[in-house]
Amino acid sequence: MWSLLQIELYKISRRPRTYIAFAAIAAIVLIFQVAFKADGQSYMNLMLQNVQDNFEIDRNKAINGYFMCYIILNTLLVQVPILVALVAGDAISGEANMGTLRLMLCKPISRTQVLMVKFLASFIFTIILLLWMAFMALFLSMLIFGTNDMLIFRVKGDESQILQITADDILWRYIAAFLYAAVALTVIAALSILLSVFAENSIGPIVATVCIVIFFTIVSNINVPVIDRNVKPWLFTSYLVGWKGFFYIGTNADGQPLKGSLENWESIRNSLNILIAHIIVFLGIAIVVFKRKDILS
Amino acid sequence: MLKKSISLIFFLNMIIAYAHAQTIDKLMSEVRKKMALIKDYQATGTMKTSVSFLKIPAEPMTMYYKAPDKLSIKTSNGLSFVPKGAVNLNINKLIADKTFTVIDAGTDRIAGKMVRLVKLLPLDDKNEIILSTVYIDPVEKLILKSRTTTKQNGTFELEMSYGKYVNWGLPDKIVFIFNTKDYKLPKGITFDFDDGTAKSAAQAGVDKSKGQAELTFSQYVVNKGVEEKFFK
Repeated sequence: MWSLLQIELYKISRRPRTYIAFAAIAAIVLIFQVAFKADGQSYMNLMLQNVQDNFEIDRNKAINGYFMCYIILNTLLVQVPILVALVAGDAISGEANMGTLRLMLCKPISRTQVLMVKFLASFIFTIILLLWMAFMALFLSMLIFGTNDMLIFRVKGDESQILQITADDILWRYIAAFLYAAVALTVIAALSILLSVFAENSIGPIVATVCIVIFFTIVSNINVPVIDRNVKPWLFTSYLVGWKGFFYIGTNADGQPLKGSLENWESIRNSLNILIAHIIVFLGIAIVVFKRKDILS
Repeated sequence: MLKKSISLIFFLNMIIAYAHAQTIDKLMSEVRKKMALIKDYQATGTMKTSVSFLKIPAEPMTMYYKAPDKLSIKTSNGLSFVPKGAVNLNINKLIADKTFTVIDAGTDRIAGKMVRLVKLLPLDDKNEIILSTVYIDPVEKLILKSRTTTKQNGTFELEMSYGKYVNWGLPDKIVFIFNTKDYKLPKGITFDFDDGTAKSAAQAGVDKSKGQAELTFSQYVVNKGVEEKFFK
């Protein structure tokens, strides 16, 4: 199993498309950092709006490494599923396309093992991608912009809120958020592998995964009450942004943030469970279909 | 006979009004005298801001004052939201300003204590302040509360509690109540995680048009000099 995994990782590392993801993340993060270094004040003015009429706020302190990472992740974690699909969508269908799948399955290894190894390799790729993202978006931003307390701008129901998290209460939230993102992106990897089982070339499952993610994300963000109530809970994309829950700090009765607290841990835990259930279901279906599949290529 | 009685009543009223005016002028003069003892101070403490849309922690702060009208609040190295009208915490400026007409508005009670109400009206039409009502403890010569209406920034209130530094006329706690504008972010730009708490977020009875900053002072350093750099 370990040798198989090494082979799979070697194959992923030899594909040029693997590096597209790393290059894309680096490019997006650097663009963000340059733009905010040059004119982050405009963004802060937009977010703070008329709060500035009532309060004096040092906007230079507000644009810091922690804040930058949050803004970048907010944008990137919508796009990263596409990058994960680029690799995971190719897992089975790529072998079928090259005609190596039948050859591979002639070896004394079970189809379940083959599929699990493909999944594990995609999972490791996802983790490395997230580590790269953490380095670029968090550590590089901390280096460029420094650190300070962090502001979270949020729409909660009909209310808009500004939450402040003190600098010494942030890093653990990022660690938790990245771990959550790893689970969320693994759902995408599992979905891509499932679709990959049905296809004979890589393009189909990659495009299908991307289309499903985009369609579900749009539906998740329509913000129409009837959809929010009846459709949103059934879409896994609604839970992909659950990492933000780690930045929704709990408050006391006076509205003062409580250090080290979460506003709603139960909701994050439920979202996490739903995502893990999706991984199990997608992988389960993929194994069942793959085991019964008549491999012709 | 009737004419004489009316004239007498009118005359007596004039005397009473004059005497009352003198009393309130005397009280104001005594308050000013007490305030004049303070040339400068540096006060350390904490600031707790309560605004419906802001969830920010209480933070340590230092307030600097230099007579007659310099006042600034500096917080720790973290991010801080200092209410812009905080400069109005300097009630001394208002009281010391002789370009206001002082009107005796009778008496009231604050926490069971009888207080004198003084209304201050600016003589100059261009003054930012429209009207200020000051509640003065006539015994201790202390300002316990003030409500000021301005042209640009609405109405703000100050409530002062005194303790250790009562002899200097310096409060242990100031509650600054000010007007706030509603804060609304457009939906969809923040891609929020719906954690199911939105429904419970609606806080019944919360006045969204008012904000409050509570400044609690633990220590004052009085008349020891304050550097100019703190007011920049």
